[in-house]
Amino acid sequence: MQTALKVQNLKVRVGGKEILKGVDLELNYGEIHAVMGPNGSGKSTLAYTIMGREGYEIVEGDILFDGVSIKDLPADERALRGLFLGFQEPPSIPGVRFSTFLIAVINKRMGAPDLTTLKDPKKLREIYNLLNEVGLNRSVLSRELNVGFSGGEKKRSEMLQALLLDPKVIILDEPDSGLDVDGVRKIAEIIKELKAKGKAILLITHYARLFNFVEPDKVTVLVDGKVAATGGPELAHMIEEKGYQVVRQQ
Amino acid sequence: MNKGAIKLREELLKGMDAVDMLGLTSKPYKIEVELRGKITRDVVEEISRIKKEPDWMRRLRLRSLELFEKLPMPKWVPGIEEIDLEELAYYVKPEATIAKNWDDLPKEIREYYEKLGIPEAEARFLAGLYAVMDSETVYGRVKDALKEKGIVIMSMDEAVQKDLPILKEYFMRIFPPSDHKFAALHGALWSGGVFMYVPKGVKIPEPIEGFFLIGKAYEGQFEHTLIIADEGSYVNFIEGCSAPRFAGYSFHDGMVELYAHKNAVIKFTTVQNWSRNVINYNNKRAIAESGARVDWFEGSIGSKITVTYPSTILKGEGAVSRSMVVSLSKGPVIKDTGSKMIHLAPRTRSRIVNKTISAGGGVNIYRGLIKIIRGAKYSQADVECDSLIFDDKSKAHTYPHNQVDEPTAQVTHEATTGRLSEPQLFYLQSRGLGEDEAKSLIVLGFLSDILVELPFEYLNVLNRVIQLEFKELGSVG
Repeated sequence: MQTALKVQNLKVRVGGKEILKGVDLELNYGEIHAVMGPNGSGKSTLAYTIMGREGYEIVEGDILFDGVSIKDLPADERALRGLFLGFQEPPSIPGVRFSTFLIAVINKRMGAPDLTTLKDPKKLREIYNLLNEVGLNRSVLSRELNVGFSGGEKKRSEMLQALLLDPKVIILDEPDSGLDVDGVRKIAEIIKELKAKGKAILLITHYARLFNFVEPDKVTVLVDGKVAATGGPELAHMIEEKGYQVVRQQ
Repeated sequence: MNKGAIKLREELLKGMDAVDMLGLTSKPYKIEVELRGKITRDVVEEISRIKKEPDWMRRLRLRSLELFEKLPMPKWVPGIEEIDLEELAYYVKPEATIAKNWDDLPKEIREYYEKLGIPEAEARFLAGLYAVMDSETVYGRVKDALKEKGIVIMSMDEAVQKDLPILKEYFMRIFPPSDHKFAALHGALWSGGVFMYVPKGVKIPEPIEGFFLIGKAYEGQFEHTLIIADEGSYVNFIEGCSAPRFAGYSFHDGMVELYAHKNAVIKFTTVQNWSRNVINYNNKRAIAESGARVDWFEGSIGSKITVTYPSTILKGEGAVSRSMVVSLSKGPVIKDTGSKMIHLAPRTRSRIVNKTISAGGGVNIYRGLIKIIRGAKYSQADVECDSLIFDDKSKAHTYPHNQVDEPTAQVTHEATTGRLSEPQLFYLQSRGLGEDEAKSLIVLGFLSDILVELPFEYLNVLNRVIQLEFKELGSVG
């Protein structure tokens, strides 16, 4: 399998504090790679650093996307190259309609100079279909981006974008947190669909609950900014049964 | 809606939006008369003489001068300390007579307007245009159809020279010189501007534009616009302001007086895009009789300092007024804006929406007044003030003032302050939008509820201005 993303000895400082202390990780196309870890282990920091968030300072190491270092690129440039981050808690942007946002993002990718009018009207049909698929009502398009969205609506909106924007590498930060069983099942289905399309998926999660519905190919466990264990799905199940104590003792 | 016209409007105004990007730098042009120094009785008389005015106007000027000398300097107004009136030329007449044809203007002057796309705009969608350079009107033309309908429109100076009887009833009666020191100064020194009278029942669908240009540093511009809309008439007036970038500063102390008679509608739109060298005090007031409507739209984009409070006196029963202000303070800029609504009659309604954006150390101040007198039964006033602040260096202050003496009246006030946050920017960037695009999306989102109420052509203009402004901001940091 072809390597999509390679994280090499990544050391990251946030606000002067070292959060990641030398993380290695490899993500292949057509693969779901779960990153697990207790709170504060650096999971979200890893996601933000890969995506290029300001203030996440790489002290050492590198991130290769399709074999090319991306660590000096701004977030938007990484996105245009095919990286996608599904946020755990996407921020509210008052006044900006969901539809306005989607049009701007789609047009940008199509190289349209004007970001306000949909360049390719066929995309609208696609948006409608995807809303249906992720289980969102069309009326969500006229609402303000993430303003007053329920937990479930936020997660579904993030998945919709992962499908619509057709990225190569998809990082999902706690895509199932706060969802009921039906919600988790829906998210799992979409993740499976993305995998079937050959996407490389980095699945960040605290709990293994999601793995009852979608099996990861690989599991990396982070504890205190370092890789504490790697393995297959059995590692995830072990953690679910016995907690993170298992890897701490190793 | 005529989509073509909208596109054209955008084309036209894009020049105005980007004074600097057009490379509109101050270039020398010939000046015929220039008055500067201490403002005395003699110079005021001299202006009146140059303009061949009737005696009543000369007396009005002198009375205004006396008031100017007596009235105290308002200490609270930003920019006061920067203005040294004695170093300004308060009357500047470029060497040009009012042209009806752009080719008749001196080349140096014509080029300014061409760069701003004004002649093109006029040809495509305006019913009339008056262009003022420094203190005098240099161009004026209206479509013949307007005159056939009995509409009176001419430069303010010409109207005074002709001594139109109607003038005495209105000129500085809506905004008297006694109001404050700079209203008095305006009364003494005013020059240039547009006079308009729309007869009963006459509706002018296409806009009329007044375009005001300050050509150089260390001058004062005191243009005066007076619009009288008779019963049941409709008029849409756009004023544009621009100046090239120059060293030093210039001072603008203009005045707009509007009178909407019974059931008349006046829409008055300002696209203020002075260069960063202009200190802008503007005096705007309207009177609305019963059933009349006055709408103020103000895009306060440029200038170094702006102080302006569009105001409406709702004099007749059922009169309605709106004031929509979008104010942008980017960099070392202060905008002291707001609106005043004075309800004097029953069932009058007013609505103020004030949206300010502060970035790069810019300061926005909202200063508003709602006054409802006893007896203005069942009147309603709604005020909404929203501020968007880009960074820690920038500020927004809100000073609303309500004075409601009528128990059946209703006043609502909403105010919000939002900050552009890093998570918002990162989220949009993670979807592929550049920093500037992300910022303008957030700004447009912030303005969205006011944009739907703005005249449509204006929306496009504002859109572009914001994108240009924030593009620049992005590159500055």
